[in-house]
Amino acid sequence: MTCREVVELMTDYLEGALSPADRDRFEQHLAGCEGCTAYLAELRKTLRVLGGLREVPIPGHLRRRLLAAFGDWRTSSRVTGGPDREQ
Amino acid sequence: MVTARPDPELAAILGGDEAAFEELFKRYHGPLLRLATSYLGDRESAEDAVQETWLTCLKSIDRFQGRSSFKTWLFGILVNVARSRRRQRSRLLPFASLFGRDDSDSRRPAVDPDRFQADGRWTSAPDSWTDVPEDKLLGRETQAMVLVAIQALPAKQREVILLRDVAGWSAEETRTFLSISDANQRVRLHRARAAVRAALEEYLK
Ligand SMILES: [Zn+2]
Repeated sequence: MTCREVVELMTDYLEGALSPADRDRFEQHLAGCEGCTAYLAELRKTLRVLGGLREVPIPGHLRRRLLAAFGDWRTSSRVTGGPDREQ
Repeated sequence: MVTARPDPELAAILGGDEAAFEELFKRYHGPLLRLATSYLGDRESAEDAVQETWLTCLKSIDRFQGRSSFKTWLFGILVNVARSRRRQRSRLLPFASLFGRDDSDSRRPAVDPDRFQADGRWTSAPDSWTDVPEDKLLGRETQAMVLVAIQALPAKQREVILLRDVAGWSAEETRTFLSISDANQRVRLHRARAAVRAALEEYLK
């Protein structure tokens, strides 16, 4: 495998989608190649940056609006036997 | 149809516990907002779409039949809300990029061919960003740049990377939600990650 081929297999590797034989060849290449090892490290850092986008604080006005809507829903579905039906 | 073990998130809402509901909308606010922003472009419309999503969720939750997880159902509502808003908008605005080329499923190399010599080895090897401090890598500015890079992706790649790497969904959940094959899910993810990595490299150097 060349570096050019290895980088195109990075996602398959991380997803566990390589055949055992390909995974072995992939890992063998990585063991002897600083460039591809560095690329994989960069990809892993990229994933951490992306994961950091998951949490966004809720603006106060939206929070208030949703809690009010939830209160209304609870009241109206209690009348029709909604929320408590699971208990 | 009642499932044997109710979805705990669904049960939390149906139980009428306000704290549990708040916990849910906190958990999903970021992913929903990111996805809405990717469809609608600006933060304000996106927040609006997220609000409508939750209101619609409450309105129809009694009819939700548990054929999918609560999460999948909720995100499905968001996609519908965002699509109908885009339709309304496209009557007012030019088509913009709606019909732009999207070669997300192509098997062309995702990494710039100029990075390699004729024999397939690196011309200039990556460096692991070892000199970049953690607080810079994970800081606000870098995040803002990455959001721009995601927004610049073709729509098909954008959905996949947002669900997989931002929202933290599994490959299976993502593939089912988008009704795409396992292979296409992976190709889109691969191209999207390669593009975001390249944008980060450019930004961090
Ligand atoms: Zn290599």
